[in-house]
Amino acid sequence: MEDFLQMVASGVVIGGIYALIAMGFVVIYKATGIINFATGEFMMLGAFFCFTAMTAAKFPFAAALLAAAMAAAALGALVERVVLRPLMGKAMISVIMVTIGLSSIFKGVAQLVWSGDYRAFPPVFPRAPVTLGSVILPSRQFYPFLISLASCALIAILFRFTRTGTAMRATADDPQAAFSMGIDIRRVFSLSWSLAAVTAALSGVVIGTMGGISPQLGAIGLKVFPVVILGGLDSIGGALLGGFLMGILENLAGGYLDPLVGGGIKEVAPFLVLVAILMVRPYGLFGTREIERL
Amino acid sequence: MRIGDFKETYAADEAIFRTPAVRAWMGALGAAMLVFPFVAGDYLLYLANLVGVMIIAALGLNILTGFTGQISLGHAAFVGVGSYAAAIGATRLGLPFYLCIPLGGAAACVAGTVIGVPSLRVKGLYLAIATLSAQVILEWVFSNWDSVTGGIRGINVPPATLYGVPLDTDFRVYFLIYAVAAAFTYSARNLFRTRVGRAFIAIRDRDIAAELMGINLFRYKILSFMVSSFYAGVAGAVWVYFAKVVTPEYFPLSLSIQFLAIVIVGGLGSIQGTILGAIFMTLVPELLKAGTEAVKPFFPDAMSYLFPLRDILFGALIVGFLILEPHGLAEMWQRVKRYFALWPFRS
Repeated sequence: MEDFLQMVASGVVIGGIYALIAMGFVVIYKATGIINFATGEFMMLGAFFCFTAMTAAKFPFAAALLAAAMAAAALGALVERVVLRPLMGKAMISVIMVTIGLSSIFKGVAQLVWSGDYRAFPPVFPRAPVTLGSVILPSRQFYPFLISLASCALIAILFRFTRTGTAMRATADDPQAAFSMGIDIRRVFSLSWSLAAVTAALSGVVIGTMGGISPQLGAIGLKVFPVVILGGLDSIGGALLGGFLMGILENLAGGYLDPLVGGGIKEVAPFLVLVAILMVRPYGLFGTREIERL
Repeated sequence: MRIGDFKETYAADEAIFRTPAVRAWMGALGAAMLVFPFVAGDYLLYLANLVGVMIIAALGLNILTGFTGQISLGHAAFVGVGSYAAAIGATRLGLPFYLCIPLGGAAACVAGTVIGVPSLRVKGLYLAIATLSAQVILEWVFSNWDSVTGGIRGINVPPATLYGVPLDTDFRVYFLIYAVAAAFTYSARNLFRTRVGRAFIAIRDRDIAAELMGINLFRYKILSFMVSSFYAGVAGAVWVYFAKVVTPEYFPLSLSIQFLAIVIVGGLGSIQGTILGAIFMTLVPELLKAGTEAVKPFFPDAMSYLFPLRDILFGALIVGFLILEPHGLAEMWQRVKRYFALWPFRS
């Protein structure tokens, strides 16, 4: 039981981060209908921005986080304007491949600028572990978890209650209607990319503080797919719940199945679940079911 | 300028190589390919073999993605299934290569069907993600199913033998690879002149309209998936005889992306484009490598920039082609040809 609780607790921690990554992903999908395969690389760049602000510019953590978020927002808007807008309305494969191409470019640039080495993040949190009942959480898991939870809440509030958030939801619902109501949908598109890039940067920083950073950090971005498919591609709430469920599931699978099948099941289990979901309920727990008309 | 190109019989109209000029050029190409291994050095031969394998695999992906409109991010995994099947056939079952290559294709075809059936209930973005998970899962199977795949150590494969001659050098394997590549290019070209191929194209252009015309969507999508993974499997099997060893890290997600890049840079829905794309995407990194080596005397640490630059160039090629030349190299080639066909009347 102790083991079980510990596993669930670490699952919730990592799940909070997955939820944050998935939110950035869903924001883009909702607003523009694009699947962003470069999510992981946006995370990696965000983490490096924050890292550079802290080490080279000697910013305190909060200021560095803010600077990284602003840089990420600018990058998101730039990418949308230069790369995605010319492809608006093009075939699915073009849009998917262009984000894959972007991820390759980002990875290369990061290696050029920061070299391919692994680096430890400067310590930012108190070192004492946090005890919750019978579960002990290392501080480098607990505080990042709080950050990701707070960011999730912030984004959800932004989407729900602000004027811009309402415009984004309206555009997601029906771009043409939104356009005719006077919403500048181009602005909404670039805002969505900025918001998603900021979200990704935050989750990148969170992951960086947990385990260090390298240009390979983006690989974790792949995990976003099982999460969003479980939650539903276009549901913010689904992304949250899906993140936590996947985090827990992955940890339990790692704990109980690994001895049976010989390692690595933790990485694959989410994808096995993904396939199962696609077979039963492809639009996920809370996604909108697509109805096609000719 | 080409004139007087009249078809007087159905046979002439249906011919694959339609004009004497095309036939002459194809003959010249064939002759050049036969002469090539005798004049090329080891390095060029190695590259040529690599290109040959890439052509076979990328043709398969283009059938699925370019002609049927179903995106797959798991193509490398199917190549892997073919490789492993051929390797096991060659080592444990002791089969000759002319059985192992179809065996690789068949195994990949079965794997493709198993994964295709659930995946094809969904489409577009969902299909991309479903095939992505197929890639992740199969990669895991390759490295963890030790008793069959040999785990991370992989399987060593003896060279193919033909009439007692071992095909153990790049020079000898060249003929095997290009014989297979030629046959598969020819059948791919022919496929789209048949009922099945036309059905694929109809599905790509508008799936619901195709269904209304009486095309059984699910059946033809599965068929396309099977053909595509068969190509992948054959490419994997041929590749095994070229590389002599098969290990899990030969089939990462990045290889799947490389195939997609070939198809996009070459031209979606173009056989000729696939070939051009495979050549281009294999040679560009090599040219970059040669370039960095050339500037090494001036910038001593140039080599350390090679891998990052390669990533950037790879990404930039994909993004650039998608935005500036969405029909790929095939379209550029057509433009060049049109220019000369109409010369000197229109420049």
